[in-house]
Amino acid sequence: MSALPVRRFDAVVVGAGGSGMRAALELARADLKVAVLTKVFPTRSHTVAAQGGVAAPLANSAEDNWHWHMYDTVKGSDYLGDQDAIEYMCRRANEVVIELEHMGMPFDRLESGRIYQRPFGGHTQNYGSAKMAMRACAVADRTGHAMLHTLYQQNVRANTQFFVEWMALDLIRDPQDGAVLGVAALEMESGAVSIFLAKATLLATGGSGRMFHSSTNAFINTGDGLGMAARAGIPLQDMEFYQFHPTGVYGAGVLITEGVRGEGGYLLNKDGERFMERYAPNAKDLASRDVVSRAMTTEIKEGRGCGPDADHVLLKLDHLGPEVINQRLPGIREISIKFANADPVREAIPVVPTAHYQMGGIPANYLGQVVAPEGASPEAIVPGLYAAGECSCVSVHGGNRLGCNSLLDLLVFGKSSGEQMAKDIRALPRPHRSLPQGAGDASQARLARLDAAVSGERVAEVAADLRRTMQAHCGVFRFPDMLAAGVAKMQAIAARAGRVCIADKSKVFNTARIEALELENLVEAALATVVSAEARRESRGAQSRADFPERDDANWMKHTLWYKEASRLEYKPVHLKPMTVESFAPKARTY
Amino acid sequence: MKLSIYRYDPDQDAKPALRDYEVQLEHSDRMLLDALIKAKAQDDSIAFRRSCREGVCGSDAININGKNGLACITRIADLPEHVTLRPLPGLPVIRDLIVDMTQFFKQYHSIQPYLVNPEAPPERERLQSPREREALDGLYECILCACCSTSCPSFWWNPDKFVGPAGLLQAYRFIADSRDQATSARLDDLEDPYRLFRCHSIMNCVDACPKGLNPTRAIGKIKEMMVKRTV
Repeated sequence: MSALPVRRFDAVVVGAGGSGMRAALELARADLKVAVLTKVFPTRSHTVAAQGGVAAPLANSAEDNWHWHMYDTVKGSDYLGDQDAIEYMCRRANEVVIELEHMGMPFDRLESGRIYQRPFGGHTQNYGSAKMAMRACAVADRTGHAMLHTLYQQNVRANTQFFVEWMALDLIRDPQDGAVLGVAALEMESGAVSIFLAKATLLATGGSGRMFHSSTNAFINTGDGLGMAARAGIPLQDMEFYQFHPTGVYGAGVLITEGVRGEGGYLLNKDGERFMERYAPNAKDLASRDVVSRAMTTEIKEGRGCGPDADHVLLKLDHLGPEVINQRLPGIREISIKFANADPVREAIPVVPTAHYQMGGIPANYLGQVVAPEGASPEAIVPGLYAAGECSCVSVHGGNRLGCNSLLDLLVFGKSSGEQMAKDIRALPRPHRSLPQGAGDASQARLARLDAAVSGERVAEVAADLRRTMQAHCGVFRFPDMLAAGVAKMQAIAARAGRVCIADKSKVFNTARIEALELENLVEAALATVVSAEARRESRGAQSRADFPERDDANWMKHTLWYKEASRLEYKPVHLKPMTVESFAPKARTY
Repeated sequence: MKLSIYRYDPDQDAKPALRDYEVQLEHSDRMLLDALIKAKAQDDSIAFRRSCREGVCGSDAININGKNGLACITRIADLPEHVTLRPLPGLPVIRDLIVDMTQFFKQYHSIQPYLVNPEAPPERERLQSPREREALDGLYECILCACCSTSCPSFWWNPDKFVGPAGLLQAYRFIADSRDQATSARLDDLEDPYRLFRCHSIMNCVDACPKGLNPTRAIGKIKEMMVKRTV
């Protein structure tokens, strides 16, 4: 293999979504030399599509505090979340949201001049009372867009160095101690590969929602950081917990924010019944997402779905009136008109549960440090490697994420990982470590295979099979035979993905090649998901099994770790002890 | 549906050419992007950008039968049977439908696209009334897709000197923000025969914006403020 050009930085951030840019800002402000690698121009990252809000107990409209927020998050996680990390996140929520306001984020406002907050699913007052909290800080229904642009603007101001349309391919590890020394990355415009040598490398690559046929996720969400970690021998945690958002537009998959229900919208079956009252008498339509998605799927399965094929339900909001819809939900009105041919001012929106968010990911602690079992420790720090945002599993979301906690997660842990990286970089010797022999070879070999292949299956065909398999075998409700068959099918698809062929052999902006590389990453994420789901014999959060319908705390209150090597599984304990407060003991979860 | 797609790969082609693709549409294909992806399934060498497929990320701006727009929210039902797709006009082509947007972003970066307020921030949020916040509606929603600037003849002529409608819309977004304190510096920066005053109110930008924003109105407001501060 030819020697690759090497670029040296203090820190490399892979991904320019919310968490990557929040971390980059911290690093740039610390006067460190930071490179941000991103497949797409930063403001095109998928954070842009977040709609409803970011959770913080500012108490601008109703009493609130971080203890209540913490309780809701622990309960929402179905007691799989690590309580120390959850406490950390909830305690820093107000700080990171206020900071964003100071950066210029155009939050909606109350008459008092303070940030507008709306109710959101699973967020309650007073430790799960029937009264909903007002915790979601919103910019109409474009909160993610406003947040991503604000973070980009601040990085422009801080002179962060972006490598736009560069795709990171593989981590580079020191064979001596496993320390991560940076990444090999492909410049899409030229097709050239370089090595980015860094004292600290942050994976902030987002989720893998494109593993499902029906998904709210952007095309770019192919689990790239997960693939990189898995190939480097790092496990993926709790991947069986994949969130299906209750309201994706029927047929198109585009997200309709939970903020619609936060503002007073509700779901109807074909009889015009507000069916959530039966499943969650207190929170009703604002129960946790896993609860609402299961209720909708049950309604459809039992023949109470709407439309000629009885395969969706309706989201009604016309009673809110055009003023509220135009002021608070203008984006979803636009989406509904364009993708569902329904103007919500007059008619209900046809919706179905749609793949949305990966609770699992690269195991990390609340300082962003990636951790993996080593010797007697289940959580030894992997030197030089950090992860934040959806690609990481901290784990604050456990078995099920609450709405608005994803934008909070990426702010808090983007910031904390940036802080920790700066601290760690300062403690290291000035010169970089030298590269091991053959650094970048694995990446070059993958590219060489694609260049050389003259026959084989098309990427699009294999990817379509992967999505159909995951959709059919690993959905809202999971069945033992389907899971076992899903594992076998995914293994066959993984083998096929290693033999794909692309006709495009150009060096210049070869998108066929990018899609082939993305497929390899998606395969790792999908395998981890279905193998972990098949092995977990209980129902908890988003994992709902027909054969084990109950949560089993005695045997299964533990985190899954999936390794690429032979699809091996290990388990590690949940952190039940918070940082300063009493633990929330598991109890039956009703809304 | 027939797509004629502008093809150019500097690695292999001496010059660009339109190539035709016949695409069999299915019931689930609603948007032009769906058709484009179908064409790419036939020929994986067609290069274009796309990501969110719902009109918020701004990746898939292209020229559709002569008009700029986002492929992902352009309904097939609203298009004729034969559609010609070209890269956005006025920017260098990297390959096929992918343009080099460096000049466009350079102009965006030139307007100080961030809140400037030298006062130490309060412990809580800076207060802003709902009316003050309303002044940002129609401005902050820009997705930087470049449909507007690349439909503007003034930008085609002077992409290095004229900020262009997208950049000026964002300049006004910060001027209009009650929390920003750099209005006079922002106006000074734009008081230039090229940066602002190349806008001749042709209004192609308004016509092209897939988000229904109105850069011409924002530019008019900036010009008004300049007049006001001289009298």
